Amino acid sequence: MSEIKSKIPQGPLADKWTTYKSTQNLVNPANKRKLDVIVVGTGLAGASAASSLGELGFNVKIFCYQDSPRRAHSIAAQGGINAAKNYQNDGDSVYRLFYDTIKGGDYRAREANVYRLAEVSNSIIDQCVAQGVPFAREYGGLLDNRSFGGAQVSRTFYARGQTGQQLLLGAYRALNRQIKAGTVEMHNRDEMLELVIVDGKARGIVSRNLVTGQIERHFGHAVVLATGGYGNVFFLSTNAMGSNASAAWQVYKKGAFFGNPCFTQIHPTCIPVHGDYQSKLTLMSESLRNDGRIWVPKKKEDAEAIRKGTLKPTQLKEEDRDYYLERRYPAFGNLVPRDVASRAAKERCDAGFGVGTTGLAVYLDFSSAINRLGKKVIEERYGNLFQMYEKIVDENPYETPMMIYPAVHYTMGGIWVDYELQTTIPGLFAIGEANFSDHGANRLGASALMQGLADGYFVLPYTIQNYLSADIRTPRISTDTPAFQEAEKSVKERIQRLMSIRGKHSVDSFHKKLGKIMWDKVGMARTKQSCTEAITEIQALRAEFWKDVRVTGTPDELNPELEKALRVADFLELGELMARDALHREESCGGHFREEYQTEEGEAKRDDSDFMYVAAWEYKGENEEPKLNKEVLEYENIKVAQRNYK
Amino acid sequence: MNFTLKIWRQESASSKGRFETYKISNISDECSFLEMLDQLNEQLVDKFDKPVCFDHDCREGICGMCSLYINGRPHGNDSGITTCQLHMRRFKDGDTIVIEPWRAKAFPILKDLVVDRSAFDKIAQEGAYVSVNTGGIPDGNAIPVPKVKSDLAMDAAACIGCGACVATCKNASAMLFVSANVSHLALLPQGKIEAKERVTKMVAKMDELGFGNCTNTGACEAECPKEIKLSNIARLFREYYVASIS
Ligand SMILES: Cc1cc2nc3c(=O)[nH]c(=O)nc-3n(C[C@H](O)[C@H](O)[C@H](O)COP(=O)(O)OP(=O)(O)OC[C@H]3O[C@@H](n4cnc5c(N)ncnc54)[C@H](O)[C@@H]3O)c2cc1C
Ligand code: SF4
Ligand code: FES
Repeated sequence: MSEIKSKIPQGPLADKWTTYKSTQNLVNPANKRKLDVIVVGTGLAGASAASSLGELGFNVKIFCYQDSPRRAHSIAAQGGINAAKNYQNDGDSVYRLFYDTIKGGDYRAREANVYRLAEVSNSIIDQCVAQGVPFAREYGGLLDNRSFGGAQVSRTFYARGQTGQQLLLGAYRALNRQIKAGTVEMHNRDEMLELVIVDGKARGIVSRNLVTGQIERHFGHAVVLATGGYGNVFFLSTNAMGSNASAAWQVYKKGAFFGNPCFTQIHPTCIPVHGDYQSKLTLMSESLRNDGRIWVPKKKEDAEAIRKGTLKPTQLKEEDRDYYLERRYPAFGNLVPRDVASRAAKERCDAGFGVGTTGLAVYLDFSSAINRLGKKVIEERYGNLFQMYEKIVDENPYETPMMIYPAVHYTMGGIWVDYELQTTIPGLFAIGEANFSDHGANRLGASALMQGLADGYFVLPYTIQNYLSADIRTPRISTDTPAFQEAEKSVKERIQRLMSIRGKHSVDSFHKKLGKIMWDKVGMARTKQSCTEAITEIQALRAEFWKDVRVTGTPDELNPELEKALRVADFLELGELMARDALHREESCGGHFREEYQTEEGEAKRDDSDFMYVAAWEYKGENEEPKLNKEVLEYENIKVAQRNYK
Repeated sequence: MNFTLKIWRQESASSKGRFETYKISNISDECSFLEMLDQLNEQLVDKFDKPVCFDHDCREGICGMCSLYINGRPHGNDSGITTCQLHMRRFKDGDTIVIEPWRAKAFPILKDLVVDRSAFDKIAQEGAYVSVNTGGIPDGNAIPVPKVKSDLAMDAAACIGCGACVATCKNASAMLFVSANVSHLALLPQGKIEAKERVTKMVAKMDELGFGNCTNTGACEAECPKEIKLSNIARLFREYYVASIS
């Protein structure tokens, strides 16, 4: 079986990427035309990779499940994108961005990858500006920055509260240019359901046309997954409704290792849950923590009165408010990293100080910022976010503090990749949120967009050539060969099996049950017991699903119930792997908080001697326990320390 | 809250559609419009009926995927929002709600409330971009852009490509969408170089794909969830005029 080799280039950290690029194999222009690459996903990672590969002259096929590539989930990112430009002259540098990211990730990310990420971050901004991304600007016409959690410099570039949208539209424009030029072929409403492997190498995919239900076969000399994260395993999350783990899960079952599946990010500032019919959670950008102050009442009786509706938050005097982040973490205050902020909110609510009707909410208050800067400035900075909040909650955040609570937001875990972003299946690459690579156990704000675009514009277009250069004599493989036939057969059987159950319960009802298990037992706080229980409960739920799920309609039509059923079937397996990973990791680090492992002050307690590694899980067959492989992390350039934001 | 829903049902692109009536009860006023439809679909699945198909993804007003014509208005009876941001508190208990797909020749219905908007992608492929390859780009601050210009460009770039402007226009014109794309790039120095070619090609494609002419009724601006301004159309006309005389 594949063995775990991270392929980190030799030499000093700052020279590794340059050395790699100048010594790697390339493909000459005439040969590029003979090589096909499949890219699955049109988010920041997929769109930027496909357009860059198209520009280089490769033949690219790109897929997404939405009706247009422009609708990939990256569109929803609000706050911003980091880069080490040091335009603010506040002491930023490539090294500092690298250091903050490693520290923010609680020393569970690979040094070489993170350094490369910081190194290419500046080119991303240049690229996007050239494409016409309307970043926020100062009156002098130069680019503006804001601060984000986990950093003491202002390095975040933004386009109002719609940074993801504007960056994605930039990549979409580049993609459209290549579609027009004929180098990229777009397949929208077309969902990958299986990977095709020929002689041990990834050589194509099987997909379902979501409009006609037709099962299609596609060949590629290499396959790139850019399918995003798996936060929807929790049912309620800030991800788009269709975000799914299916492509990642299918390649895992074909031999790609899955890295750190239990590392999920719970975002501290989301609109609290309000009812059991709720379908998704809405994020309020982290940038709000620049000017908003987080608090709960100091006294329990005040919290109770607020919950009952007899007291208004605005009536509470300054001295009766507990600005708990400022109190606990004076150095970073409201800008501590996400995992720290989320746990602190949970701690206050569990202790009985929560607000809102459910008691599962804390305040994010803008009154001091409005007093200091004026309403107009606040409106300019966050206008659309305030409007969004008001539409959902029906309260005006200029007048009464916002209510927020943590929600599942991002998955640091994902398909394991080496330095070249190649998985353990040769010829299969994974980029963007779909891979596990750069964020360790916790991602800093504004770093996912940076990573997606770094992978797609500046890393993969190089590293994939190192692989493809050995393939220039491989002719296109016919999709009538046995490997393709078998892959198609297995997809059709899976669909048939789901359709023929005709059970009593809807797909959503199973998804909600899974989400509840995950949130209660593998969520913000985990224990040995909760993870063990989760494994048994998920197994039982999965058995029930395959006996009793009801999928209406037919496979040969636009059928959202079938689409959901296929995705939930995979979540029901992935959830178990996440619980296993959380159970095995007997330490707390970043987003992974095991209650047994905390300091006296309630901070996460890492165990570097036993767990300073990436857990890369290997599939061993249905009903078999997966095998744990370890990629030991070595820190040669950073002194590993207890994370301290005090 | 209780509602009567009259929903357009259509098996496929080639079949004939019709309205079906459904009753739904016990809906919370905090529930979103799409969550109300989720609950209807749960009821339908319970009876082994086919659920109503509708497009949606982000459910927070940014992906542009949701597209319902509700009581005669795209994205329903509220301003500056998409269907997924509409809440049931906007309706009265007992209301009858009519739900239709976008209707326009260039957006054929695929099933129930789902339409094909790939014509928008085709227009964008004609030139809604700056022709730069990845890499070898000068520093981001090498091209200063006046804040006013950059803000106006951002206003135009906020378009989510939902198609409400087309759905509401009696001519089914795509002018607001096209003008948002053209304006965004025309306002920035980066986009100026290819401005003439861009506007000419995009307008030609729009005509070719069966969108109607703009007769300045302003309905699109009134219904656009991102409040894209008619002034963008004026800018498009100027750009188009300049392109055609030189
Ligand atoms: C509300 C919100 C706000 C955020 N804000 C920020 C921020 O301010 N800064 C920041 O850095 N990060 C932010 N993030 C995180 C960031 O947006 C994501 O991590 C990032 O955009 C992921 O990009 P991606 O290209 O990897 O995947 P996505 O954008 O998720 O794209 C996935 C693509 O894969 C396709 N796909 C998936 N499965 C299949 C399949 N089986 N077959 C075919 N196609 C498939 C989809 O159609 C889509 O095109 C935010 C996330 C959320 C949810
Ligand atoms: S201009 Fe407005 S209505 Fe038209 S597609 Fe764009 S956002 Fe939608
Ligand atoms: S579902 Fe994305 S805008 Fe409505």
